[in-house]
Formats: sequence, structure tokens, C-alpha cells
Amino acid sequence: MNHAAWKRKDLVGLKDLSADEIRLMLSTAKSLQEISLRPVKKVPTLRGRTVANLFFEPSTRTRISFELAEKRLSADTINFTGSVSSTVKGETLKDTVRNIESLKVEIIVIRHPASGAPHALAESLPVSVVNAGDGINEHPTQALLDMFTIQEKKGTLANIKVAFIGDILHSRVARSNIWGLTKMGAKVVVCGPKTLLPPKVESLGVSATTDLGTAIKDADVINLLRIQTERQSECFFPSIREYANSYQINREVLQHAKPDVLIMHPGPVNRGIELASDVMDGPYSVILDQVTNGLAVRMAVLYLLSGARKKAAEK
Amino acid sequence: MNQIISSEEMNRAITRIAHEILEKNKGASRLALIGIRTGGAYLAKRFQDQIHAIEKCEVPLGLLDITLYRDDLTEIGPQPNVGETEIDFDVSKKRIVLVDDVLFSGRTIRCALDALIDFGRPEVIQLAVLVDRGHRELPIKPDYVGKNIPTAKSGSVIVKFEEHDGEDGIYVKENE
Repeated sequence: MNHAAWKRKDLVGLKDLSADEIRLMLSTAKSLQEISLRPVKKVPTLRGRTVANLFFEPSTRTRISFELAEKRLSADTINFTGSVSSTVKGETLKDTVRNIESLKVEIIVIRHPASGAPHALAESLPVSVVNAGDGINEHPTQALLDMFTIQEKKGTLANIKVAFIGDILHSRVARSNIWGLTKMGAKVVVCGPKTLLPPKVESLGVSATTDLGTAIKDADVINLLRIQTERQSECFFPSIREYANSYQINREVLQHAKPDVLIMHPGPVNRGIELASDVMDGPYSVILDQVTNGLAVRMAVLYLLSGARKKAAEK
Repeated sequence: MNQIISSEEMNRAITRIAHEILEKNKGASRLALIGIRTGGAYLAKRFQDQIHAIEKCEVPLGLLDITLYRDDLTEIGPQPNVGETEIDFDVSKKRIVLVDDVLFSGRTIRCALDALIDFGRPEVIQLAVLVDRGHRELPIKPDYVGKNIPTAKSGSVIVKFEEHDGEDGIYVKENE
């Protein structure tokens, strides 16, 4: 059992967390997993607390997952999406959040296209802030659920080799995972076309390659990243088809991988581009386990933050 | 810290309660034990072993962590660690014996009752404790008691289990 205590008001990224804090998150998530298997899938832990979900970017999985996590813990929830709110009338982010805070909201879950937006709010406001994805910076709950899934399937994170394939440059999922996995003793390799690998990415303690074969050889986990058409204003590769030829994970490519390799993807998947349809639905794929585990991980985040917040409020 | 109940005495009490549970429930059919983490978990396992020795049958054993049901989560902080709840049988229509090592304010039992109801509708829920130290804050009364130990409210009672602490025994600690 983990005896570390959670003292942070916010979860803005895995960059600042210690290995012990990550371990506490994962062990708490493991304890909370069972709630979703009960006949009554609800505990009274956050009764009377209010959580606002502020999504300034499209999201299906993350938004639903957070909302369900809040409900399973009996919190009240407010949902707010960028396109139907006063932000289109020119209200600043900070003012929007201040107004929400005046309604006695205790936790804000925010997804925002600007990298660092959650950090700015966390620093300037007393409310607890959970980063649900900020620009190309971090997506901590996704990385936590990825690590949870690997630990569940492989028993450990230490010395596990995880290969990230695709658009590393624009990927907040890859960035959060790199911070988290390296702290937990896993080995990380990133792979993609040279234009989509961040310069000097090795300084984060990972190895980088443009060759798919090199990346997936000996990999225990292949974590695929979506080709993000919405973040590609310029041309990073000649065509989707050429990308798929060089970097798609399909049955043929998997012949060179470990027989017990796990295929992960944060979703949404572009079927037939980064991942062949039959592999996605095949036995290696743990993509739907990731979704299930995401719920427990987000419950753990909300539970732990709600305790630290009280203490901050007393000061 | 003073030992007030020896290992032998503690084990006699456990054996007696196991017999009482069987007597009151007219055997072990439909009986199930649920231990409240952490002390109650060891105690419930002892009862299960005793009942196995007496009746030659294994009654279902579940473990309950009550942290998420605590009524003081808004007062304490940071959040206490949550243990795993493991109840892998259907509690509906069962005769449940809730097991805890020390009964004090009764608040833990209130949490456990609330949690248990979320798993189904038992036919009956009974409460077995090794130590009743008084100072109840809720209308809760145990069905089976190992020892009544009147204590000062500020002190604490510690039950040690061999499988966790390396020895059996009950201790009282006077707090300043």
C-alpha cells in the first residue's frame, strides 16, 4: 500500500509530479475501479461538491469520461463548451472561470487549444484545475490511464519498452506519457517522419527514430497517435497514403513485433491510416480497456484533488 | 502501550464468537462475512477459518474499504488512501456478518452499512467486533462482542494480528 499523500491543488501535467505521486494516483485508481462493477455504480464521496467541465476543443472520450467519473463520485456537474458560451462574445478565459468560480464551483476540468492555459488558471485562482488537454503541451489523465493499462497488463512499468508512433510533434498525449513513463522507469522510443519529431526530443530521456521497424522491435507496447489534421497548417508529409505506407501498424508489420505486444491508441482512431482495421479489432488491441480504465483514473484524480483543495482553502 | 488481552485470550474470544455466529444463524448456509479494512479483514478471515474448522464449509468472505463513505472527508485533508473493496459474491438474500476489530463511535459501521446496501439487499446484517470500547455517537449496537473495554475517549485501542503485526494481542494506549 502506498502511504504518500496528495498535496497538490491542481493536476496540470505529469512534468511536475514525482514517481510517488504517480504511484498514488495509479493505486487509488485501482481501488476505485471496482465501483463501476457494482449494481449501484456510485459512491457518496463528492456529494455536494461541484465540478465544471470547460471544453474549448472538441472531445468525446475525455469529456464523457470526466463527466461519468464526477457522477460516480456523486459530484454535481456543469458542462460548458467553447462554441456556445460567452467566449464567442469576447470574454477572456480568466473572466469566464472567475464567473464560474463565483457559483461556488470547486474543481474545473479544462481542455483548451492554448498550451499552458490550465497552468495560468491554476496559478491565479483558488479553484482546483484539472488539465484535460492543453494545446500540444500535456494531457495528464490520458497518460495516467495509459500507464494504468500497461501496469494492469504487464504487471509493472519498470523496464517496459513503449513505442510512440506518429505525430509526436503535436501530441500532448506523447508528451505527458514521456514525462510519466520515464519517471516510472519505462523505456520510451518515439517514431515518425522527421518533420513530426520534435527537435532534440532525446533530451527528454527517450530515443527517436524514423524507422518503424527499429521502433517496434522489442517493444512491449505500441502506442499510436492520431494524425491530427486540425493541427497541421503546413505540410508535414506528402500524403496520408504515403504516411500509411511507412507508419501504419498492420498485420504485416506486427510480424516483426513481440508476440505479446499491446496496441494502444488514445482515440479517436483514423481506421486504415495509423492503424489497420483488423489490428484495431484484434487480440493485441487494448484500446477499449484504455477507455474503461480512464474512468477509474479520472475518479482518482477528482478524489485526490478534492482533499488537497480543502487544505488550501483553510490557509 | 499496555497489553490488556493476551494472544490466548484473544483467540478464545474469536473461537467463541465463531460459535455464536453459527448458533444465532442456525448454521453456515447463506452466511457470509465482510471484513472492514484493515483490522476487520484479518479478523473476518479468522472467523472464516474457525467456521471451516467447526462446520467443514467455507463461507464467502468479502473485504470492504469504507474511505469513500466517510462523513469527515470535508474536514480532514489530504485525502486518505483508498483500499480495494473485494466482494465477489452477491450479498442479496445473504445473512451478512460485518466484522471490525474495534467498535468506537460507530461511524465506520454507518459507512459500511451504506456501502453494503450499494451491493444488494442482504436478508440480515449483523455486527461482530473484537473490542467494544464505548463512546458511541450513533445508534449502533454489536451482535457479537469479544471484550468490552471501557476506555478514555482520547486513548486508543490497538488490536494486533499475527499475519500483519507478527503477534496477536490487544493493547491500550493512553494519549496525552
